[in-house]
Amino acid sequence: MITKRIIPCLDVRDGRVVKGVNFEGLRDVNNPVELGKYYSNCGADELVFYDITASFEGRKLFTDILTKVASEIFIPLTVGGGINTVDDFDRVLKCGADKVSVNSGAIKNPDLINEAAQKYGNQCVVLSVDAKRVDGSFHVFLNGGRVDTGMDALKWIEDGVKRGAGEVVLNSIDTDGVKQGFDLEMLKAVNAIVKVPVIASGGAGSIQDFVTLFKEIPDVSAGLAASIFHFGEVKIDDLKKTLRDEGISVRL
Amino acid sequence: MIAIIDYGVGNLFSLKSSIASIGKEAVVTSDKSVIDSADQVILPGVGAFKDAVEKLRSRDLFDFVKEQAATGKPFLGICLGMQMLFDKSFEYGEHEGLGLVPGEVRPIEGVIPANLDIPHMGWNALSFHAASGEAFAESPIFKELKEGDYVYFVHSYAAFNCNKNLIATAEYGVPLTAAVQNGNVYGTQFHPEKSGEIGMKILKAFAEL
Repeated sequence: MITKRIIPCLDVRDGRVVKGVNFEGLRDVNNPVELGKYYSNCGADELVFYDITASFEGRKLFTDILTKVASEIFIPLTVGGGINTVDDFDRVLKCGADKVSVNSGAIKNPDLINEAAQKYGNQCVVLSVDAKRVDGSFHVFLNGGRVDTGMDALKWIEDGVKRGAGEVVLNSIDTDGVKQGFDLEMLKAVNAIVKVPVIASGGAGSIQDFVTLFKEIPDVSAGLAASIFHFGEVKIDDLKKTLRDEGISVRL
Repeated sequence: MIAIIDYGVGNLFSLKSSIASIGKEAVVTSDKSVIDSADQVILPGVGAFKDAVEKLRSRDLFDFVKEQAATGKPFLGICLGMQMLFDKSFEYGEHEGLGLVPGEVRPIEGVIPANLDIPHMGWNALSFHAASGEAFAESPIFKELKEGDYVYFVHSYAAFNCNKNLIATAEYGVPLTAAVQNGNVYGTQFHPEKSGEIGMKILKAFAEL
């Protein structure tokens, strides 16, 4: 039986892992290779690296780090941040990424999804969406939740999957950084419309939040979080043991 | 030395690194003389079946790969590389495969229960199988594993009608082909190079065949 995946997300700037509350106030946490190894050893099912560097030099640092991570850690690696072209896919895949996550790059140019899926396969293209409630519907946001695109998130996700995205990361801006649990309502709405795996992101504050996630929405494929793992508030092996005890299938 | 056949598809960096991590040498190459001199050969692959077969053909490697398998040296197909071992695939049309393992590749859609996601993506447990009619004997590539060990899958197509060569399945509503063996030719639908410690045990066992 397929297991529910637990995925730590590492935001990387200038070669260092950072994480902010509500995407603001970034803090250095740890070395990406060491942290990645630590997570892999304690049972993380995949790792996600987001490159939040703006500069060319920083980007080079990121691919160097990625190469090191991929040389030493043999679980699936997803890379996101600054992916605007098929060449960007190529750049990170060559350094050992398995999946590439697109967000604003796909909003600006939706054909990026089609082109990348055709070239590398649907399984390689992850559509990452930052969504927030606006006037009773879910809107797609840009720039870490500061800019409302006005786009309907459900329509965008449906379109992205039709274009060839093989997986969806749904990050609720409403619950992100609040640590009161995942956005179950938003996740249910997304799961109802797509057939590809959906990864829940934003809002995990405790082990119980993951239990609730997988019990309330059995269709959700994975739970993603950052700071609770980076600051040791939730240990991945403890989390997976609890999930198993609650009858949720996990890899242990 | 293990030759990883480079024919322009897939993430070969991880595969090469994972073999290095178990203390074995791997060379990523499309050079026939290098492949021929290798002790073991790996055929990797991701993406679409038709494109991959065309790429093998355009590098004049299609028949050469069959010849390599026929030498009797250990040969491993991974993911799409495993699917290419079969007679044919029905991924967007009907396409001829390498014919090294009897069977065919078909979509999992319509086979698995409708409520399950496609692709079959994530960690799933292996159940070992005996080739039909024979007493169960664990495949040598699984010698360090135990039943129920988890490996990483990502695929929307799977091999069917290959019971005779089936050595492992994974349950996804129905049992799906996870690994096959036909003599010296092995295939894994999952990615050992992405399956952590369990995957390294499989690669090590293969490298020591």
